[in-house]
Amino acid sequence: MPIITYRQALNDTLGEELARDPNVLLMGEEIGVFQGSYRITEGLLQEFGPKRVVDTPIAEEGFVGVAIGAAMLGLRPVVEIMTINFVLVAIDQVVNHASKIHYMFGGQVRVPLVIRTPSGGTGQLGATHSQSFENWFAYCPGLKVVAPATPYDAKGLMRAAIRDNDPVIFIESLALYDTKGEVPEDDDFVVPIGLAEVKRKGSDVTVVSYSRMTAVALQVAQRMESEGISVEVVDLRSLRPLDRPTIMASVKKTNRAVVIAEDWYSYGVTAEIAASIQEEAFDYLDAPVQRVAGIEVPLPYAKDLSAASKPSANSLIYAIRQVLKGSRGR
Amino acid sequence: MTRVEEPVRTDLAAENADELRHYYYQMLLLRRFEERTSEMYVKAKIGGYCHLNLGEEATIVGLMAALKPEDYIFTNYREHGYILARGVAPGPVMAELFGRETGVSGGRGGSMHLFDAKANFMGGYAIVGGQVPLAVGAAYALRYQGRPGVVVAQMGDGTTNIGAFYESLNLAKLWKCPVLFFIVNNGFGMGTSVAMGSSETELWRKGASFRIHGEQVDGTDVLAVRDAVRRLRTRAEAEGEPALLDLVSFRFRGHSVIDADRYRDPEQVRKGRETNDPVRNFAALLHDHGIADDEWLKSTAIRVDREVQEAIDFANASPDPKGEDLFTYMYATPVPNTPGPEEAARAVQINRGEL
Repeated sequence: MPIITYRQALNDTLGEELARDPNVLLMGEEIGVFQGSYRITEGLLQEFGPKRVVDTPIAEEGFVGVAIGAAMLGLRPVVEIMTINFVLVAIDQVVNHASKIHYMFGGQVRVPLVIRTPSGGTGQLGATHSQSFENWFAYCPGLKVVAPATPYDAKGLMRAAIRDNDPVIFIESLALYDTKGEVPEDDDFVVPIGLAEVKRKGSDVTVVSYSRMTAVALQVAQRMESEGISVEVVDLRSLRPLDRPTIMASVKKTNRAVVIAEDWYSYGVTAEIAASIQEEAFDYLDAPVQRVAGIEVPLPYAKDLSAASKPSANSLIYAIRQVLKGSRGR
Repeated sequence: MTRVEEPVRTDLAAENADELRHYYYQMLLLRRFEERTSEMYVKAKIGGYCHLNLGEEATIVGLMAALKPEDYIFTNYREHGYILARGVAPGPVMAELFGRETGVSGGRGGSMHLFDAKANFMGGYAIVGGQVPLAVGAAYALRYQGRPGVVVAQMGDGTTNIGAFYESLNLAKLWKCPVLFFIVNNGFGMGTSVAMGSSETELWRKGASFRIHGEQVDGTDVLAVRDAVRRLRTRAEAEGEPALLDLVSFRFRGHSVIDADRYRDPEQVRKGRETNDPVRNFAALLHDHGIADDEWLKSTAIRVDREVQEAIDFANASPDPKGEDLFTYMYATPVPNTPGPEEAARAVQINRGEL
């Protein structure tokens, strides 16, 4: 399999799907003439023209709503929101409309829509440009939310998302765009929505993660192996639906769990996973579940404070040691 | 931009008498349907919020008379009349208000969320302004796929103050979307008058900064509405030129069934119902022109009463959706790790105290 970047995997897949299905179109700010703020859509305007690659004005509520309405008539729009922070401007359209239209109208109409957007923080982007809101969407019935960690999953899940007949929120990460990995060339390759994957096998502790935190978890697992600690990494890949059986199978084997995510600690993804583990694997736990998540502040700009507010490899290592000791609390 | 100070008087002699009588039949159907709906609400057959089209019959029937089968309609939550005038049978509409499986949205939507795919009736939407970008998107899809037709974005006067409306105007014009912004201006958004909520009270002007043509129309004149829509529809379809219609109408009652309407002057409401009753006025017009005689008017009233009663009977006799179907319409494409009929049935049983 060729080794390519996460960015290239997305760019390739968007191009292939545009070529495969004339109803697929891309919409978003700066995706065409500017070539994409993070170059995910680079070259696609030149290849497919302005009908298929649509530059929008700065009007997220408007163009997300337009994409939903167009999807109701059979188009398959793939909308780029420059960063997840800006999706808040369009949240009425996503939560009150896209997620409900199929169910609320008795299954008469489908909304085959993908909203792709990078989440999380990197490089001192400050309080308004570093947030993680995938849990807001994962909270909402009717949506599907995926968050690939590798180029392989980015390709497979993007294919699945574009071919799916429901609204899919596709979470990317600025810090993953340049990461590399193997990606299959097979035309039929997809990664199914709704399935987690054990990315690394281990026996002492389960780390549950997704997106960039899976990359961190895999690095940590590698480091801890030299200390004789065997870490199993469960990569969620989908936040809704959530693959609880895969999480439970791992926790029941290792008897200890750490959950890590970039969003804020309270009411975040880690809370949902920890609650599920105590419901379904309580008798198998040798220690309380540990959670690693964002510190609950509007992310400060200053370099050290900024870095200290986000989960890191060190904070994960600390949590793993705590869970192995059987410590309670944070 | 034009403002119609005096409504254009249509020459009835040039009209097809059967069509005129059909408009009257439809207007009366809407009137009786809403009156009986109000009654069913008071009897607790209908739950939630319920907004009636009483007083807006000419606006609705005039719109539908001008539309073609290939056109699409998106409305707000005050939409019972729109789906009826589009030709959907009253039974499944009433059944939806009753929350029954046979309802137009399978009992999942309710009064504010009516839908009929076969009629291209693309839904009632209950978040003010939410339907407007959706309608532009549907028009965008027509344009993209090279299909004929236009899309109607129906809304109330209060909607013209929300951001989604302005983003929609901009995108519709920018992307040449065949969409008609259809503003039912009954003077009040709930209890807030147009003057209290809008710095520009002439709503037909609100498309001006987007270079969108606007017109004010007498919404109580079914023929004036039909003719304006017909004209702007043709242009929208041929040229991808959106338009904005400001349909001045009169809301007979409060915002919803349970609204006591205390913010309006009772004398003005009484007078409004008397002078602005589109159903009565149209009956008189047809009668005066010898198009409908007393006997026809009477038999039409009997027919409409019967049809609405049959709709109520149909709704009453229809089953509730089953507990095990709670998750049935969750996803169009099934995926793993989602609950199904067993989980639904169990959750419902626990909730009812049966387990």
